[in-house]
Amino acid sequence: MTARIASAVFVDAVGVVGPGFADWPTARAVLHAPETWSATRTVIPQPSLLSPSERRRAGRVLRLAVAVATEAAGEYAVSLATVFASSGADGDNCHELCLALATPERAVSPTRFMNSVHNAPSGYWTLAAHAMRPSTAICAFDGSFAAGLLEAATQVACDGEPVLLVAYDADYPEPLRAKRPISDAFACALRLSPRQGTTSIARLEIATGDDAATRLEAGSLEALRRAIPAARALPLLQRLATGTAGRCVLDYLDGLSLRVEVTPC
Amino acid sequence: MRPLPVTHFTAASALGVGRDAHAQALRDGRSGLVPCRFETVELPTWVGEVASLPPLPDALARFDSRNHRLAELALQADGFARDVAACIERRGAARIGIVLGTSTSGILSTEQAYRARDPRTGALPAAFDYATTHNTYALAAYVRERLALAGPALVISTACSSSAKVFATAARWIATGLVDAAVVGGVDSLCLTTLHGFHSLQLTAPGPCRPFDARRDGISIGEAAAFALLEADAPPDERVPRLLGYGESSDAHHMSAPHPQGLGAEQAMRAALARAGLAPEAVDYVNLHGTGTPSNDAAESLAVARVVGTGTPCSSTKGATGHTLGAAGALEAAICLLALERGFIPGGPLEQQDAALAIAYAPRTRAADLRVVLSNSFGFGGSNCALVFGAPPP
Repeated sequence: MTARIASAVFVDAVGVVGPGFADWPTARAVLHAPETWSATRTVIPQPSLLSPSERRRAGRVLRLAVAVATEAAGEYAVSLATVFASSGADGDNCHELCLALATPERAVSPTRFMNSVHNAPSGYWTLAAHAMRPSTAICAFDGSFAAGLLEAATQVACDGEPVLLVAYDADYPEPLRAKRPISDAFACALRLSPRQGTTSIARLEIATGDDAATRLEAGSLEALRRAIPAARALPLLQRLATGTAGRCVLDYLDGLSLRVEVTPC
Repeated sequence: MRPLPVTHFTAASALGVGRDAHAQALRDGRSGLVPCRFETVELPTWVGEVASLPPLPDALARFDSRNHRLAELALQADGFARDVAACIERRGAARIGIVLGTSTSGILSTEQAYRARDPRTGALPAAFDYATTHNTYALAAYVRERLALAGPALVISTACSSSAKVFATAARWIATGLVDAAVVGGVDSLCLTTLHGFHSLQLTAPGPCRPFDARRDGISIGEAAAFALLEADAPPDERVPRLLGYGESSDAHHMSAPHPQGLGAEQAMRAALARAGLAPEAVDYVNLHGTGTPSNDAAESLAVARVVGTGTPCSSTKGATGHTLGAAGALEAAICLLALERGFIPGGPLEQQDAALAIAYAPRTRAADLRVVLSNSFGFGGSNCALVFGAPPP
C-alpha cells in the first residue's frame, strides 16, 4: 500500500560532509565515479556562521549540522524554515552528562544540559542565521533521513515556501558506542522549494511504500550507507549527483520505505 | 486550514489518569506536586510524579523503561488503545500516522546503565538496549507496535514545544494525503538529566512552582503522557472538538532564555490564529506556557497581551501538573480539549498574582462556555508553537 504526498518538491541546493566527502562538489564527483571514493575519516569544518564563543563550545555534531546547512542554505539562511533530522543528536555530550550523573556529586554542567536537547543544532542555527521561521528537530532512529524528508516535503507542500532539510549523525564514544555502533560522521542538507527555479537540480515526487531500499552498486559506498543513519540518503544523493531520472527507495521504518521519483531539471 | 476533528484524547499526569480525573482535579483546584523523592535524587525541589506505572505487555518487554510504562498508562486510559483499534478497522493500519513528542525519551535507562558499568571494562550492562529505551524514536516505535499501526511515524524533540508541534506535523500529513488520521501525543518522564540539569541552570523552584505569582521562583518538573487521535473527518453525528490552527516560530534570540518581549511567541500565536481564520477576539481562553520562571512568564504575558489583549482569561496549569517538558504541549492540549468539552476555565494556582503582568489571569477554575481556546508551548532553542482548538460545531 502506498501513499503519495500530493505535490512535488524541487531540490535547489545540496550540502554534504562525510567520510571522503568535503562538500557537495566533491561528493558529486565521487558519486559520479564511486571507484574513486576512499573511506578517509570525516573532517568537520569550523562553522563560520557561529559566533566565536559558540564555536569554542560547539561539539562535533553541532559543527556537522551547521556545516551542511550553511552550504545548502546559501544566501537564504535567514528566510528558510528548517527541519533537523538525526537518529540521536550529540553522543559526546550525552556521554559526559551520563558520566557526571553516575558520580556521587552529580555536578552537571549547565552548558552540557542546555546542549543535550535534540534540537540544539536547530536552536543554534536559528540564532546564527537570525532565522525566525519555524524550525523542528525530528527522529526516526535509522530512518531519520526519510522521516526528515517527509516532514520537510509536507511543509513545502502545505505552506508553499522553501524548507531546508538538515540530516546528520555522528559516532558515539564508548561505552555507548558498543550499544549504538555508528562508524563516523555524515550529514547532508537539501534546500527544497515548491516551485522550479533557476538553480533547481531535480523534481522529487515522494510516496511511502513497502519496496526494499535501493542499494548502492559500489560495495564500499553501500557499506557507508548502512553504517551511518544519515547516509541512508546516499541513493538520492547519487541520483542528484549524476542527474539521472528514476526511482530510488530510502530506508524508513519496519515494513515502510520512502519511494522518491527523481526528475532532473 | 480545514478544521480537523479530534475524535479521541486522554492524559495521565500527577493529577491522575484519564479525562475525569483531570477535570475533577482542576475543578477542585488540586495540585499534583510533591517534594522530590524521585529515584536517588536529593534536590530541594518539588515534582509532579505519576505514582503507579503499569508493566508493558510481555511481547513488548524489550521496550521496558519508565517512559514507555508512562505511555502505556495513558494508552489504557479512557479506552484510547481500543478507540485506535476501531479507527484501524475503519481506515486501515497503513492510513494512520504516528507523531509523538518527547524531550528525554527513556534516558533514565541510560543513566542507570552508566551507574552499573562493568568496573573492569567500563561496558554497559548486557541487558541495556539503547534503541528500544533511550533513543528519541523509541517512544513512537513502542506506540506503533503496541497499537499495531503501519503508517509513517516520527518523534519531534524540540524540548518543551515537542508535543505541541506534533499537531502541526499531523495536520500537514493529513492535508497532503499522506495519511487519513494520526495518533499524536507526548510522553516525558522524570529522569536525573532534567532534574539535575534544570537545577544546574538555577531554574527549579525550591517549593511548588507558582506561575504568574509575584514571588514565582522557578519550575517544578513533572511527567505526563497524553494522546489524541486526529482524523481527516468524523461522522456528522459525532460531536467532537476540532484542531483549528497551529503556528510555529523561532525566537533566534537565546538557547535557554525567551526573547524578552516574547516576539517569537507572538509570531506563533498570530500564525495559529491566521491559519484558523480567526480574529484574536474569538479566543475565549489561553492556556499559557507559564513555566513559573520570572523571565518566561514576563515575556509571555507581553506577547499574550499584544495578541489577545488584557481581558481574555488565561492560566498556566503547570502549578497543578508541574512542567512536563516534552509532554507539556500534548497534556495542555488535552486540558484545553477537556475545558471545551466540559465548559470550564482551568485555574492556575497561585498566592498573589504579579500585578506587573497585565493579563486576565484565572487563579481558580470556573464554569464557562468556551468556543475557541489557544494553547502556548515554548522550548529551549527558542522553539515556539501555539495551537487553536474549537468546540464541536453546533
